[in-house]
Amino acid sequence: MKAISRTAPSAEETGARSFARTTRLLMAPAVIFLLIWMLVPLAMTIYYSFQQYNLIMPMYNGFAGLNNFAILLGDPTFWKSLANTLIIVAASLVVTVCLGLALALLFNRTFVGRGVARTLAVAPFFVMPVVTGLIWKNMLFHPVFGLFAWMARQLGLEPVDWLAHYPMLSVVIMITWEWTPFALLVLLTGLQSLPEDQVEAAKLDGASAWQEFRHIVIPHLGQVLYVVVMLESIFFLTSFAEIYTTTGGGPGTATTNLPYYIFQTVFQQNDIGIASAAAIGAVILANIFAIMLIRFIAGNLNAGAAR
Amino acid sequence: MRSKRSTNAAMGVLAWIVALLIFFPILWLLLTSFKTEQQAFTVVPNFFFSPTLDSFKAALAQGSGYWHYAWNSALTAIVSTIIGLALAVPAAYAMAFYPNKRTDFLLVWMVSTKFIPAVGVLIPIYLVYSAVGLLDNALGLTLLFTAMNLPIIVWMVYSYFRDIPKDIVEAADIDGASIMQTLFKVVLPLALPGLASTGLLALILAWNESFWSITMTDHSAATLAVYIASFKSAEGLYWAKMSAASVLAIAPIIVLGWFTQRQMVRGLTFGAVK
Repeated sequence: MKAISRTAPSAEETGARSFARTTRLLMAPAVIFLLIWMLVPLAMTIYYSFQQYNLIMPMYNGFAGLNNFAILLGDPTFWKSLANTLIIVAASLVVTVCLGLALALLFNRTFVGRGVARTLAVAPFFVMPVVTGLIWKNMLFHPVFGLFAWMARQLGLEPVDWLAHYPMLSVVIMITWEWTPFALLVLLTGLQSLPEDQVEAAKLDGASAWQEFRHIVIPHLGQVLYVVVMLESIFFLTSFAEIYTTTGGGPGTATTNLPYYIFQTVFQQNDIGIASAAAIGAVILANIFAIMLIRFIAGNLNAGAAR
Repeated sequence: MRSKRSTNAAMGVLAWIVALLIFFPILWLLLTSFKTEQQAFTVVPNFFFSPTLDSFKAALAQGSGYWHYAWNSALTAIVSTIIGLALAVPAAYAMAFYPNKRTDFLLVWMVSTKFIPAVGVLIPIYLVYSAVGLLDNALGLTLLFTAMNLPIIVWMVYSYFRDIPKDIVEAADIDGASIMQTLFKVVLPLALPGLASTGLLALILAWNESFWSITMTDHSAATLAVYIASFKSAEGLYWAKMSAASVLAIAPIIVLGWFTQRQMVRGLTFGAVK
């Protein structure tokens, strides 16, 4: 016993040193991979945003200073795309969170076939966004052959050309259809970890359903809601497939969001400089939400360590 | 008591109605896939019809290219998941069992790369890929999927490793097992279910991915997402065929998704909700 305790410190020390080396080797591949595929390109985007760089007019390429940003800020389409991005985020967020919460409360009750019903309700989240776009565009929104048009005619109303007349609403409807199931899924998981004894105690104390919801369910769900809002914001900021397959950013620029604007600037105008400047804008926008979320995740990490 | 029971029943009925409404577009896609092109493209929708497999046959026929795209989807999803796990397991193992003062920072840094929007790195990756011949290339797309999923994979594997009691690993260390022996003989067998669901989640996310596939591939490495997106301008010509192709593309994922709901929540919320 004595011998072990005497030799232990030095063995531990050399062990710790070799451990440190081994663990560094273990982490290196993942860290290097993310550096190459994420951080290096991000730095290059920043570099390009200060360059005049057009793929089809290479003779004018060179340092541009803040010119790209100046052009961007003077481009009404950029401002429109920024506004569209924020509208998509805000509208989809409000609807998916409210609807998701209502549905989570509904599906948290016991009823016949709950498992099956819940499974059906979350299915849209697993559908490829490209398919979502085509289902809605062709089979539901279509002004002549779509189901909505047929329903309108059955009710004696004029069929609506959704994507032409209410393009933004249509995009939000599609995104909402895909992401309400996500909110439902996460919030339901949160509800199921609700402490039973608190609910029972509140009931014994004569709390009304509203009081129970307000004082027990909402505080408990608070952090779940926070995570849903932040995650969805980041995903909604980068919506692309639903727009690409349906409106193509139109009519005009009615549904051109920031990712779609960048996509068009790169692949249709071949303007790397301007597109990079816009991409920096998108990164900054995403960071506003990401920083809050990362802080939360890091905080959780420390709480876990303390446990 | 009776009123309570009837509210419960009413709520159950309401939940079912809502569930069916939400599911309806998928059901409608499924129904359309069993129609002929003429039945699919009508002003008055056909709710009752004799189902046919013609559209599936057309979608899968030689020359439709379906198998080419399906192969690319499967290949990129599976290989990117394997590479992702191979990179993430050692890193997560080091962070979970041999943490030092930089561990928290590195973990949070890895997670934070997930929040860089794809358009933020699109342009340099596109230019470099076209310079080195990785454009429209399965390997190029695979590595992008790996980069896209790696933060989530690292995080999930880390959280599953953290569920393993530390004493087990310490006991193996004291018995003289090397770090790698402990990983392969002790930690991996215990974390196998967690690794499996992590892999499944990565597979689903890669299979459904569309932004990188659309921007980085054209034909030879194009996935099902690109193929199905190509129907976007087919004004009513191939609705049944498009539906059949779509059903084949989404059915496996919906089924897998139903089985992994909980892991999905855990992974996508970075462990904030379990």
